[in-house]
Formats: sequence, C-alpha cells, structure tokens
Amino acid sequence: MVRNGCSRFLYNGSTTMSEIEEAIPFTPDLLEILNGVPHGIALLDQNLSIIMMNRFLEAITGYSGEEVRGIYCDHVLHSSFGRNAQVFREAFETGVACSAEGDILGLNRKKIPMRFTATPVADPREGRQALVLVLEDITALQEIGRRKDMGPAKGLLGHSPKMQEIFELLPVLAHTDSSVLVTGETGTGKDILAEAIHEASRRSKYPFIKVNCGALPESLLESELFGHMRGAFTGAHADKHGMFQLAQGGTIYLTEIGDLPLPLQVKLLTVLDDREFFPLGSQKKVRVDVRLITGTHRDLKQLVQEGKFREDLFFRLNVLRVHLPSLRDRDGDVRLLIDHFLQMFAANFGKNIKKVSAQALRLLSSYHYPGNVRELRNIIEYGVNICRNEVIEVEHLPPYVLADAGQAVRVESPSGEPLGRPESGEQPPVGPLPEIPDNVSSWSGIEKKKILSALMQTGGSRTEAAKVLGWGRTTLWRKMKEYEL
Amino acid sequence: MKIVATLQNNDIAPRFDLATEVLIVKVVRGKISGEPRTVLLPGPSSDELCSLIIREEASLVICGGIEEAHFQYLVWKKIEVIDRVIGPAAEAINLAIAKQLRPGAIVRPKTERSAAS
Repeated sequence: MVRNGCSRFLYNGSTTMSEIEEAIPFTPDLLEILNGVPHGIALLDQNLSIIMMNRFLEAITGYSGEEVRGIYCDHVLHSSFGRNAQVFREAFETGVACSAEGDILGLNRKKIPMRFTATPVADPREGRQALVLVLEDITALQEIGRRKDMGPAKGLLGHSPKMQEIFELLPVLAHTDSSVLVTGETGTGKDILAEAIHEASRRSKYPFIKVNCGALPESLLESELFGHMRGAFTGAHADKHGMFQLAQGGTIYLTEIGDLPLPLQVKLLTVLDDREFFPLGSQKKVRVDVRLITGTHRDLKQLVQEGKFREDLFFRLNVLRVHLPSLRDRDGDVRLLIDHFLQMFAANFGKNIKKVSAQALRLLSSYHYPGNVRELRNIIEYGVNICRNEVIEVEHLPPYVLADAGQAVRVESPSGEPLGRPESGEQPPVGPLPEIPDNVSSWSGIEKKKILSALMQTGGSRTEAAKVLGWGRTTLWRKMKEYEL
Repeated sequence: MKIVATLQNNDIAPRFDLATEVLIVKVVRGKISGEPRTVLLPGPSSDELCSLIIREEASLVICGGIEEAHFQYLVWKKIEVIDRVIGPAAEAINLAIAKQLRPGAIVRPKTERSAAS
C-alpha cells in the first residue's frame, strides 16, 4: 500500500532515501509488524534455522527470538513434523506456499493443534531465500463440536444458582478491560474462569499468560514478570522479555496474588497505573497493553490488615470481583460433574464404564470435598482407572473417601441394584447414612472381603483368585500375608 | 545415579513423544562411570519411553518438549525432569551433572561457546 504523502517519490529516480524517510514519518521494522499479528510467525533460513520470530511465538514456545537465532526450528517449536519437516522443504523447492496441520508442544506442556503455512520469500539483492512460517492455532476449530456440549464458559460446568450467577456475569467481565479478582477455595476453577474470561473477550486472539506468584522467589519473579536486560544480574546472558511483554495485547493472569512479595506489589501497582515499566537493568521504559486478572484462595482483606498486602493494590485489583463457590455450596452440581468426568475419563481411557452405583453415589454426594472440583475429578479418574466392570462401586473409590465417610457407609445397597444415572436426572437422596458393619468399615476390610470371596469362588486356587481380582499372583500373595489370611 | 537423555542425532530430541533413541549415562560421585549406552526404541511412544526410564531406574531425564501428563507421571515416580532443553546431549548431561542445567536451557556446543568467548 502506498501512502499519499510518498507516492510522488515512486516515479522519481533521483529521490534519496532521506527524502523518502522524511516523507514517511514512521517506518516500523519488520519484527514490530510481525509482533502485531495474532499468530505465531517465524522467519527461517534455507537450513530451516530460526532467523527471527514474533512475540506471539515467543509466548507459546517460551524462548526469546534472540536466543534461538540460528537454531533448527523444530528444536524450538517442538512440532509434530519431527526431523522431516517435509512441508517446509517443499515450499523451498516449489517456491509456492504450502500448508499442513500438526501440533506443537507449548511452554505449558500442552499440545496445541496448529495449521502451519510456509511461504518462501526471496531477497532480491542477495538472491537468498527464506521461509515465512505462520502458525495458526486451530484448537477452537477442533473444539467446536465439543464446545456444543459444554456449559456457557469453556471448561466450567454447573447448574446450581451460584454458578448460574457467574455464567451471567461472564460476558460482562469479558466485555471490559477492568481488572478482575477471582477468589475461591483451591480447586474451584479460578484458572478456568480466568481463561474463560480471556477467551470470551476481544483479546482472545492474543496470548493468555498465567504466572503463579507463589511458585518463584522474589528475584526470579521480578525477572519473570517484567523481563531483564543482558548483564542485569549474574547469569543474565541475553535479553529476556517478561510475561507482561509476552502477553502484549492479551491477558495476564496472576494466580496466588496473595503470595506476591511486597516490593513487587509496588511495581505491579505502577504498571497498573501507568501501563509501563522498566525491565530489570534497563533504562528504557516498556509500554504494554495487557489486561490483568488475578486469583487467590487467600483473604486479601485480612492480608491487608496484617500488613502483608498493600491496601492501594488491593483496591486496584478489586475492581471486579468474582467469588467461585466451593463444591459444598453448589447444590446439585456434584452429580452433574460426576457424570461429566465419568464420560470424559471413560472415553479417554477407552473403558466401557456406564455409571456409578447407588452406594458410591451416596458416598460421593455426602463427601465434603476440601479440594472441590479438582478433588472430585481426581476421585472419578481414580475410579475409572480401578474399575474393571461397567459400574463404579464403592470399592473403586479412593480409600480416603471411604475413610472420611468413616463408619457411616453401608456397602450393601438396600435393593442390591446399582442406581446408575436415572433417566429423570434426579439427585439420589442424600441424608444421614446408615451404619456399616465393622469388618468393612475401612479399605482394608473391603479388600480382605474381596480376597476371601474370590478365594471361595475359585475353590481356594490362588492363581484363579488373582485372575478374578485382576491382580498378579504376587500381589495377591502379598495382600494375603498383609491381612494374615 | 542414572541420567536418561532423549536423542536425535547427537542433540536432545525436540519432543519426548517422538524420540526413538535415548542416551543412558551412569554417574558415580559426580563423574560419568563406564561407557554411555544408546538405546534404540522400536518406535516413538511416550508410554514405552516412560517404562524404559523406570526400568532403568533413572533419577534424571533430560528432554525437549514433553506433555504435562508424562511429565507429572515421571515426577510422581520421583524422577527429576529437565525439559525444553535445546542442544547437544553430551553437553547437556555434563551441565546436569554440574547441577547447572535448567528447564528451557539452550546449550551451545563447546566449540561454539569457546569461539564466542
């Protein structure tokens, strides 16, 4: 595209470069342009080594463009093309843009489905060829089908009134750029909500960067958040962009904000106010356009009173506040989540598990879930792994759930039939649980009973009993010795 | 202590799940003991590779990109994993022995480093 102001020079052979520069007041360099594109872009040489890559790709791979210059692209991208990279070579050979689908392993160790488009470009002056590689995240396309079955926010499920309130609030939170503070007990889905807000916002095409403020010591955290210049401290061999820079245009999610050290709280406050900061060891201010979401399971107000959290920062973060309810307070959601996780894990592990028995459901409904949804998910994952039939029974649940239920679980069902998922979708009745005989009040009791019945069933043959139990012979022998059978 | 590094030619393989070769090194009192072994796998498979690592009773794995599930599995098995490492495997192992290897490290070949200095 030609600007009006400079078009006159295009047909005038005597025009000097300085005249052109004068006519075009702003000429951004290539990298700056690439940084504005919401896709991963890398420029490769003929050996498929990196010449440069944009900020989006830096955020996905976790490497800075400067430090990986000259390195073979696959070592940096961790793509599924492996050492062949045929599609890239094809582009070089044919001189025509090629495209293929694959995936890369990102910084967060997740596989990201990508469409790779390789376009050869030539430098007319030196006759060299290079390749522009564009990586387009196609996760959304692949998940469209799955999303239809999901709740209003990706990954968040719930029918309870408290969750409905949050779903109603979500578009409002996504529509604005104000800071959001997500609170809630551990395992309630703070991270998922933060990502859902980002996904629903206009910033969704830009990176979503999550930083755990409690995971790193103060000095490292400052460098991680704001970046550093080469030589800023011992071991700083190259310039490094901070997470704020990597999240440019997108959202930065600071989890466990209550653990943020006081000196960094001041710096964060400045960033929030001015939208600019100095990276460690730099004399040049960096301006960022990033939306901030914070999360914590701590009571920030109390931390303020104790002098561990700055009051001014608290007010700055607490613009929009969302409190995620604990699973105990989400009426009816336990059942919904059990069904969801059961289907998910059964499909993932290739198992034909259809339901959870009535006794197991009663136990799961009465459990208090200190780890909330995360804990429930783990319990179902355990059950799906352990269960070898079509129905998850009490004995397929983790021992600590049984121990928590204590003496109050009856292992035998009143009807003797598994309940499964009722067609009506009604919750099984949850009330005071009946007493359970002493000999099966613990996991060991149940296991002992299982061994005895297997031995009786097989006429005392240990080999056969081990097969029935799905154990190795040595496991059965060890357990029998343990239980003095 | 045993170190397992995923290999592609002489470099750390870019991806754990696509690696078909590993280098196994035994370290005694901070020094490599015996000849390092190279094991060729029948095909790329994260599960097979995890089994091999456990069978070998390795205590440290050096690799490129690795999926969270396999990373957590190895950590759960009390095996340290240094991932996203780029560079020659031998150099990376030496740095690991000297406790200087970090996740995401870019290890330059010795010749390149000495030329730079």
